[in-house]
Amino acid sequence: MRAINTVAVNVFRESVRDRVPYNLVIFAVLLMGASYLLGQLTAGQDVKIIKDLGLAAISLFGLFIALFIGIGLVSKEVERRSIYALLAKPVSRAQFIVGKYLGLVLTLAVNVSAMTIALYLVLSYQGWIESAEMKAAWEAPAADPALLKAVALIGIELMLVTAIALFFSTFSTPLLSAALTLGVYIAGRFNADLKNFDQIVDSQLTIWMARAAYHLLPDFSAFDVKTQVVHGLAVPGGYIAATAAYGALYIGALLIAATLIFSRRDFK
Amino acid sequence: MSAAIRIEALTKDYAVGFWRKRPYRALDGLSLEIEEGEVFGFLGPNGAGKTTTLKLLMQLTYPTSGRAEILGRPAGDVATRQRIGYLPENPYFYDYLTAEELLQYFGRLFGYGAADRRTRVNALLDLVGIGGERRLQLRKFSKGMLQRVGIAQALLNDPEVIFLDEPMSGLDPLGRREVRKLILGLREQGRTVFFSSHILADAEALCGRVAIMAGGRLAAAGRLSDLLAFQVRGWEMVVAGLTSEALARIGPRVRGATQIAAGRYTLELALEQPPEGLLPDLAACGASLVSVNPLRESLEDFFMQRVAEAGQGARVTGPEKARRLEKT
Repeated sequence: MRAINTVAVNVFRESVRDRVPYNLVIFAVLLMGASYLLGQLTAGQDVKIIKDLGLAAISLFGLFIALFIGIGLVSKEVERRSIYALLAKPVSRAQFIVGKYLGLVLTLAVNVSAMTIALYLVLSYQGWIESAEMKAAWEAPAADPALLKAVALIGIELMLVTAIALFFSTFSTPLLSAALTLGVYIAGRFNADLKNFDQIVDSQLTIWMARAAYHLLPDFSAFDVKTQVVHGLAVPGGYIAATAAYGALYIGALLIAATLIFSRRDFK
Repeated sequence: MSAAIRIEALTKDYAVGFWRKRPYRALDGLSLEIEEGEVFGFLGPNGAGKTTTLKLLMQLTYPTSGRAEILGRPAGDVATRQRIGYLPENPYFYDYLTAEELLQYFGRLFGYGAADRRTRVNALLDLVGIGGERRLQLRKFSKGMLQRVGIAQALLNDPEVIFLDEPMSGLDPLGRREVRKLILGLREQGRTVFFSSHILADAEALCGRVAIMAGGRLAAAGRLSDLLAFQVRGWEMVVAGLTSEALARIGPRVRGATQIAAGRYTLELALEQPPEGLLPDLAACGASLVSVNPLRESLEDFFMQRVAEAGQGARVTGPEKARRLEKT
């Protein structure tokens, strides 16, 4: 555990030194700018739009971090040969992989938390300045705790994207890893459509391939409850738990696969 | 004494080529035993298989066949790494860390407490001559400074066995001397040092025994003096105050003469013509001796010769090699 922690903390430190937290500044400026603009343009709808925009931005910024740091986590160490001295220390290759993964998850957790706090601050301010009759028309309060459900699922989604990026980065170049991870993510977003391919195309091969992709790829749309939360619709706890377990299963499988591949690798 | 490092028939093939992969033998059946407390030089020209061997010992690559043991445990054993140190060739570390932070990071991996880490890190950075720069990010470090940091991290855990891949590379003459002193210090402490180099002088100054690699094969192993003694192929004398008449007189006994200044010559003598035989004649014609040196073959010549002796050359690539590999 000591080795895993040490590697993880170092990943976190690297992301801080690489100025990843700067994205938080962009996020805050974007959010505050948007809420100010929307306040000028719309009546009554602005809180809903800010929630929508805020959650989408948390998801997107997180995705950037998971993707761009994730693809370099392992390949950069191999490419720059910094892994040579590291693996001569009492660290197994499995510990290295898990440590790298947890380090990026820690980075994401800190970033997502900071962005969530910023969103709540902006929403609270909106709730405070708005008149009582305006508030009566809202489907949900401004600083609605239910937003956290959406944030939690975004968090798990990002952990899954990180695991996919890490998996690819154990055996391919950063550019290829980025393309593959993004491909899996986009295909996974439209997972439900893959299931219904037989209604659109005739080719048996295409149908068969779409089916295979449907079963193999994670269904990323399952993690998206932004619309429900923003419109004040209920998201049952059971659904969140089941989706979390679904994500955890994929993450576990990916980390095991990444470790197996990485443990057999030669560093030339 | 027991063996600190035992290598048995270690072989490594890499697949080369983009479309049609073919095997390339980087290391061919290397067997070696290094005793505890020995400073062992692992010599050879570039591409001789030195780094490949060290990577196999660190299990950064896996052998095609054969095996290696460090301190009685198979290479790659994670617990053994607590007792060994490794300096990679042209080391590269994390840009974003300072020298101090890098060593702290590695110290944590070894499980040292905060106070212990601080003491060790400071002592080692002092030892390798990194002063105020220890608080700079490694991206600002020169090659030589990185090499020093690399040596410090290799010694962080007071290792019993130390593997140094080209420890002198990138260092200025002063740095080289310091590293030599450091290795001698390790020897005095009874540590086992296994270091690779392509520079003969390093080995001569430090090693009890050496192995000479050529083309992925062990060309020779033993005491360096034994290996190279018979390689003296003549003598070189520098003399001053030699007139052209005197030169003509001793001419038949000299293989070659080059004038370097007025009255100053470099004379080359054959191995059967020891320089002391010439001294009375030189004295008689008023010339004086400046220096005498045995003309040795360079290590590179020695390598080439051993490779030639080893047969068709140790490393054949392409279809011929593939055929040969298929047979084995």
